[in-house]
Amino acid sequence: MLTIQDLHATVGGKEILRGLTLSVKAGEVHAIMGPNGAGKSTLGNVLAGREGYEVTGGSVQFEGKDLLALEPEARAAEGVFLAFQYPVEIPGVNNTYFLRAALNAQRRYRGEAELDSMQFLKRVREKMSVLQMRDDLLHRAVNEGFSGGEKKRNEIFQMAVLEPRLAILDETDSGLDIDALKLVAEGVNLMRSPTRALLVITHYQRLLDYIKPDFVHVLAEGRIVESGGPELALELEQHGYAWVKDRIAP
Amino acid sequence: MSALLDSLQASFDAMPGTAVDLLGLGDLRRAAMRETIRDGLPTQRDERWKYTSLRALSARRFVAAAPSPILHPAALEDIPSPRLVFVNGIFDAPLSKLHDLPKGVILSPLSAAKGLAAQDLQAIFSRTFKASDEAFAKVNVALATEGAVLMVAAHARVESPLHLVFVGTPASDDIACHLRHAIVLGEGSRLTLVEHHVCVGSHRHLASHLVDVRLGNGATLVHARIQDEDAGATLISRADAQISADASYQRLDLDMGGALSRLELNLVLAGDRARLISGGALLAGGRRHCDTRLAVIHDARDTQCNLLWRGLAADRARVAFFGGITIQAGADGSDARLSNKNLLLSEAAEIDTQPVLRIHADEVKAAHGATVGRLDASSLFYLRSRGIPAAQARALLTHAFCREALASIGDLSLVEMLSPRLEARLATLEAAS
Repeated sequence: MLTIQDLHATVGGKEILRGLTLSVKAGEVHAIMGPNGAGKSTLGNVLAGREGYEVTGGSVQFEGKDLLALEPEARAAEGVFLAFQYPVEIPGVNNTYFLRAALNAQRRYRGEAELDSMQFLKRVREKMSVLQMRDDLLHRAVNEGFSGGEKKRNEIFQMAVLEPRLAILDETDSGLDIDALKLVAEGVNLMRSPTRALLVITHYQRLLDYIKPDFVHVLAEGRIVESGGPELALELEQHGYAWVKDRIAP
Repeated sequence: MSALLDSLQASFDAMPGTAVDLLGLGDLRRAAMRETIRDGLPTQRDERWKYTSLRALSARRFVAAAPSPILHPAALEDIPSPRLVFVNGIFDAPLSKLHDLPKGVILSPLSAAKGLAAQDLQAIFSRTFKASDEAFAKVNVALATEGAVLMVAAHARVESPLHLVFVGTPASDDIACHLRHAIVLGEGSRLTLVEHHVCVGSHRHLASHLVDVRLGNGATLVHARIQDEDAGATLISRADAQISADASYQRLDLDMGGALSRLELNLVLAGDRARLISGGALLAGGRRHCDTRLAVIHDARDTQCNLLWRGLAADRARVAFFGGITIQAGADGSDARLSNKNLLLSEAAEIDTQPVLRIHADEVKAAHGATVGRLDASSLFYLRSRGIPAAQARALLTHAFCREALASIGDLSLVEMLSPRLEARLATLEAAS
């Protein structure tokens, strides 16, 4: 589904990704772990197409398409979803209105019929109950006045409504207490399917207690330095990232 | 003399004597025309015109309004009745719908208002404009023989809105039309009024509007003006309002069309506890020039004003906003607020904002703020990352940016009516930038 080859990217002229290679198949859950500054969030932003993240080398294929050639909205419509580490507050734009506009824009792109408000509301109701979203959050402006936990839940809620092929979770666990974390993880787990892949970016092993990855990768200094099964996460937890640094030292 | 003034003088000379002497205003009109020619047009050296050059306009010639080709009623089908319609400045009886006027309301074209309320009109229309930079008011005094007369009897409370419709439509020559309006609300009355300035086909006409608003004690006027004219049009509008004790003037201006539009609002809180809410959105794309000037005077105790204005400029457009609030000596307990936020949507666009507070009273509350910024990149990316195309995402954000000003009118059904028209304009602004 996703093939990243020797990816190099700069932010503000500084090289952050330095030859990252990664392959993700449908149905798989991959965890990307690494110390601060390793390039974890850069990877998420590059895949989603954020301005200011300049790809200087390598390639990214998504479902056989050159992902990097697509505008951010086209990537979304092709099935890529980024759950933001810091979801943006957008005063004056209603949460429900926004989500319906997004879903229908994606459907238009794919040549599918748009959902009318009744069909849309039905889908929203189904997904809301899973994440225990309060009704009033739907009627508020996007993320405005949401608590940290509510913002993260809103990200997963959007993901549930938009039903992407590849979901990238950028530090979704940061700022969550254990109850909120469980709730978010439960929402994510419900999204697991043989046709969908998840890329879980996290600093801590904690999230992986609830979202079980098939593969764990260690990202350091802009590339994958170690890959393994779930046991790798435990090893990291035990030894810390200093252990990784020792391994990549020349 | 400039070509513009020369052509206006010619129109004045060609006016029939009966038109000149309408409402017994002959001497006043002649004096106003004379003074206009004597003083000439304002220039950017005049403080109140410093953001707007009239050089291009002054080199153009315009003819007087003449009956235009008949418009198909379908062109205005989304504007409900009761409505008064003017096409290129001429009253259009077939398009107007006045049969279901509420009780206590007079709504009539000025040309038909000779008999009725003539005294009130004379009192309003015999105002003179003396400042040398008031050329357009003087031209209007001299040349306007048409307009809307709206009078609401004391304590009449009208629920459904009345509509004034001004249509610009192509003609063989560029037309200058001058409309003079009077809106008078009796004590304790209430009315909702919507002004529509629209086009059917493209044109380069000049429309000048001079509006007098008088609100009696305890009256409430909800007044929306949507200026959605053709990109070639020139609009010079001025509204002067007197707000009496306990009266409330809630006004919303969406100024979105025209090559050049000038809007001047002179609003006087004349009686104790008078209230003013004035919201506005100024949209400019292409090479449009939009100049808006507010002068609010607190002239009585415990008066309130809340001014919420938003400006957006794209392409090579220019938006100028001046928000002046004066609290006169003795107007103690006044509460004045002004917020003017602006978005620059392109590198070549320009926005000037100037909030000015002058306070000569004690124990007043006053707050003002003005900002000029750009569309927030992270908000834009967030929307796009969910699949919303860039232009639609920008339109969503710009609409949200205007929302507060739009909502300030406090009338939900009006907001619902005007919102799609604002959105449509925002979308074209985005498409062009």
